[in-house]
Amino acid sequence: MTHFLEPNRIPIFQIGDCLLLTIQVDLEDRMIMTLKDDLAERIAKTHAKGVLIDISALDVVDSFIGRMLANISAIARILDASTVIVGMRPAVAITLVELGMSLQGVRTALDVDRGMELIRRGAAEEAARLHEA
Amino acid sequence: MRLEPGHEGGAADGEVIPIQTGADVSRVRRVAAAAMATIGASKIETTRMVTAASELARNTLDYGGGGEMRIAIVGRMSKRKVEMIFSDRGPGIADIALALKDGYSTGGGLGLGLSGAKRLCKEFEIRSAPGEGTIVKVASWTERP
Repeated sequence: MTHFLEPNRIPIFQIGDCLLLTIQVDLEDRMIMTLKDDLAERIAKTHAKGVLIDISALDVVDSFIGRMLANISAIARILDASTVIVGMRPAVAITLVELGMSLQGVRTALDVDRGMELIRRGAAEEAARLHEA
Repeated sequence: MRLEPGHEGGAADGEVIPIQTGADVSRVRRVAAAAMATIGASKIETTRMVTAASELARNTLDYGGGGEMRIAIVGRMSKRKVEMIFSDRGPGIADIALALKDGYSTGGGLGLGLSGAKRLCKEFEIRSAPGEGTIVKVASWTERP
């Protein structure tokens, strides 16, 4: 586990078939690149179905961080996991829109509980669809 | 037109942050946030200005090959504003109008840096010439009734 507790590395926790990570520090470029790689590996290793990213502590999401969040989401989708970004501050949401970033393809929820619910519902719908097929 | 930082007045007298690494981009964000707090800016105003600072610092790094940011609080009392000047000695911009268009990028980015920063700040000024680098000056202040 120490691997994920290195400084400049964001710890990723597993809860059932979900991976949860919370960004509590000012995101430096290198950290988010490392996070992208770590997360892809963890999804593949754990067969996680959902990834919950809590950004409630982030004061700023610029176009680079926004693009990385969208990339992470796209990579997770290819690895058959759905990503929900939770806890975005209102000021960050307003600024992102003004900046011209729509974060297309990224699902968001107000908080961790609602994010979890989105992932569970998605998994249930998927199961129902497979059952019918 | 002189593309020489230090002849601008205002922010030329303030703090200078070198922009040479990704960690410096984070430092620019912290310094911008502290300056906005000093003038009593609202959360949203601060977020706009810090986001613009982040975009411009990254441009300085990625397209300008590094440079610096000068930041100062100018004006007095309720007319105080935060002014930031980003400068580099990089290749410069041949077509500024094109560079300010959403989605236009010569690098791998989304092309929102300059256009986005312009939308997020109350004042925005850019000077650039091929071979002479780029200077972007932005300013923001807080709305008081």
